Formats: sequence, structure tokens, C-alpha cells
Amino acid sequence: MANYSTNEFKSGLKVLLDGEPCAILENEYVKPGKGQAFNRVKLRNLNTGRQWERTFRSGESLEGADVMDIDMEYLYTDGDFYYFMEPSTFEQHQADAKAVGDTVKWLKEQDVCVVTLFNGVPLSVTPPNFVELEIVETDPGVRGDTATGGTKPARCTTGAVIRVPLFIDNGEVIKVDTRSGEYVSRVKQ
Amino acid sequence: MEWLPSAELSVLTARAAMARRVRQFFLERDILEVEVPQLDLFANTDPNMTTITASCDGRPVYLQTSPEYCMKRLLARDKISIYSLAKAFRDGEISARHNPEFTMLEWYRVGLDWYQLMQEVAELVSDAVSIKKILPAATFTSYGEVFAEYLAVNPHIISDAELLAFTHARIETGHQDLTRVECLDLLFSYFIEPHLGTDGVDFVYDYPACMAALAVVEIDDNGHAVARRFEAFIFGRELANGYQELTDAEEQAERFAADEALRLAKKLPLYQGDPRLIAALKHGLPICSGVALGFDRMLMAALDVDNIEQVLAFPYRPQ
Repeated sequence: MANYSTNEFKSGLKVLLDGEPCAILENEYVKPGKGQAFNRVKLRNLNTGRQWERTFRSGESLEGADVMDIDMEYLYTDGDFYYFMEPSTFEQHQADAKAVGDTVKWLKEQDVCVVTLFNGVPLSVTPPNFVELEIVETDPGVRGDTATGGTKPARCTTGAVIRVPLFIDNGEVIKVDTRSGEYVSRVKQ
Repeated sequence: MEWLPSAELSVLTARAAMARRVRQFFLERDILEVEVPQLDLFANTDPNMTTITASCDGRPVYLQTSPEYCMKRLLARDKISIYSLAKAFRDGEISARHNPEFTMLEWYRVGLDWYQLMQEVAELVSDAVSIKKILPAATFTSYGEVFAEYLAVNPHIISDAELLAFTHARIETGHQDLTRVECLDLLFSYFIEPHLGTDGVDFVYDYPACMAALAVVEIDDNGHAVARRFEAFIFGRELANGYQELTDAEEQAERFAADEALRLAKKLPLYQGDPRLIAALKHGLPICSGVALGFDRMLMAALDVDNIEQVLAFPYRPQ
């Protein structure tokens, strides 16, 4: 991979820092009056998800990381791994539980997720912003109660538990925002 | 194609008003405005500065990073106070507070010491900014005092090893080889500078001797060797840098040699130090103090804007 100098550290650039794949978030140029110039860089460690702040001497360079975000269709899990397919090439990738992480509760077969590959291996999986899930377990719906604004917990087929309005019943399909984990609407079948 | 100017017309009007105000300030003090070359035959040897190279008449020439050398040659011959309000160039300096081409106000006062010049800088800034607002009175604090206040450390006596450990505990870098000056600069930039100038101009003076650059070094009241040098800060940004000027030609020649050694170690391009400066110093520089001030940043402070692009008609921003 190419090397990138501090003046090329733009937001979104993927680099290797201490062997860890990272995405640059911010890059601040620091120039003391008469001294050495530095770059104060905020990165996200794509392996751990943690934010990292590191200071470099200006002009220093880092190796680019072979990181790619690819849209892939979720196929199935065999209990150990989760299988995804690139729709254009039909190439399949297996992601382990660490790569899938919390996204597991939003994974529905045939949904298209963004799979981040590091050196060709899935590093993380980002679910679609909105998913449609079927309710499998909740208290019986209260007919006609669309106004009080009360909510109750409901379990979906994927295992996610979401607060839903009181009128939602078992077997219904709802739309959920995966970024906030909140109920959006009922989906008419 | 984006062709529109960056700064609003009202800002350009303020810029012109501030420049008039500055010239009036110097006129009232009988200080001569001089123009010196921005395109010259020698580059800045400072290893922390990158000079932009151009070509003229078939040879490499350099866009000057400051008018200092030529102004000192004028001082050596004419021995009167002078100022320059003009563009300066520094490669790679691009940020919310940097443009590689910027406007620098630099002046030298014959017969004034660094402390008197510091007072004059406070007067000038207050006067220039008054086109838009009235600044509270400036404050003056020593480098040792600001370190004690914000970091509870004495920068003059802490050992190199302790300073390195102290810095690494607060700032993550991959460098185990940070120099004493780098540690002090980083700590100052991260933990002190953001607090300075939030309410008017704050001056910091008496830098550790290791940061002397071309300032005179003396022993202060606490027995520490300090550089007679000051910096001014406004809204958490460095605004000006002043010195009791060193007038020794030999010291200057040694400084050029030291710069070359550092450039060699850092694998940077090597430049010959301007021999005409050395000759001028040999001829004799009057006892004087000098200061360089970022005019664009002073305008930013007057207008309460935090990005230099807002005060430049056409900032340098390659896509």
C-alpha cells in the first residue's frame, strides 16, 4: 500500500498505526511559534472501534491500510460464522462474531449490509440504517390505542428487543432505525 | 468552477481600515515603512520552516518566509526604527489559522528593549483592533508562571527525562526521541495556548534559554537563564513573536551552521545562510528589539472569526 504523509491525512483515509487499521477522523496542524510543526490527529481504530488521538511530527508518514467498505447481502449463519455475499461477483465472505459484534441483532437474511474488509477479511459489519423485523414476542396489542404514546418491549426474530407502541401485536412487521435502535413505524404487509 | 472571493466585502473593508490604522500608528511614532524583496536569493535555514522555491532568470530563488534579513541589513546601515507590512510565504502551513501566503507586520525599534517593545505591541494591537472593538487591557506573564499555573511544572529546572515522561503521560506520540524544546512546545500548544488571549491580548515572556532562537539570553530574578523573547496570544492563537535582537555576527554564523547540521540530520534540503546578513551584522546592528505579527490573525480577532479563510479574499486551498 502507498504511504501517506501528514499533509495527506484527510478525514476518511485508512491507515495502519502500530499495525492496527484506522480511519482518520480529524487532523489539526499545530505550529508552535519557532518550533517543529506537529499534526494532532484523531483516528478511529477500526479493529476495536475506539477513538485514538496521536501526535505526529509534520511530514511523517503512515502506511495506507487495505480497508474496503463493500455492500454485501447477508446469507446465513452456521452458529460460528456469518456468511455474506457480494451481489456482483457472488463471492462469499465469512465474518466471525467479533466482526459482526452488536450488528448481529439486526441481521436478517437477504438484507444488504456494509462489510468492511481489512486485507480481504471482514473486520466489521454495518447494518442498513433501517431494517424491517417481525415481532415474535410481546404483550397482546391494545386495539385502537394509538394516542396515549405508551410503549412496551417487543422481541424480534433476530433477537433484538425494541420499545414499540402498545397497539403492536405478535406477527406484525415493524421498521426500526438501527442507529438509534428505535421503532419507526408499522410495516403494512 | 468556484471563482467567488472567500472574504465578504465588509471584511475586506475592515482589512483596509486596519492596514490604514497600523500605518497611522507608525507614522505617529516616526517609524519608517520599508519594502524589502519577497523574492530573494537565499532561503530560510530554519529547519522548522519550509521555504517555497521559485525560478527566476534561470536560477532557483526563494519566496521569503519573513522580511527579517533584509530589514536587518537596513538597520545595520541606517540605524533607525523601521516596519514592513507585506506578504510572507511558508510552505505547507495550511490550517484554520494558516495560509502559505499571509500578511506579516514586522517592526524593529532602535533603542527600545524587549520589554518596552512588548508594551508597544499591546498598544498597536489595541489600536488596530479598535476599528471593530475595544479590547480589555493586555496581561503579561512569564513562561515559567504559565507553566506553573496550567501544568504545575517549572519548565526551567525540570530534567529532560522528567519532562519527557511528563509529556508522554499527557500526549500520545510514537516518538521516544522528543527533544526538550519539542516537549515544551507540545505541552504549551495543547494545555496552555488554548487558554491564552480569551479576553484581550496575553503576553508570555522569558522563554527557557533552549528556546532562545535569536534572542538575547540573560539570568532572571529567580536565577534561571531566560531568553529575552515574548509571544502575544489572542483567542487561543499565537499573534506575535518578539525578541531583544542578538547583534553578534559570529553567533549568527554559528546559528546558520547549527541549522545546517539539523537539516542534514532531518534529511531536509540544505541552504546556504545569507552571507549578506552576516556581513551586515559584522558592520554592526544597533541595539534593538524586533517583532513579527500576523496581520490576518489580528483581523480575525477584531472580527471574531475563527477561520483565516474568512479574512482572505482568495485563500490558498487546493482541491
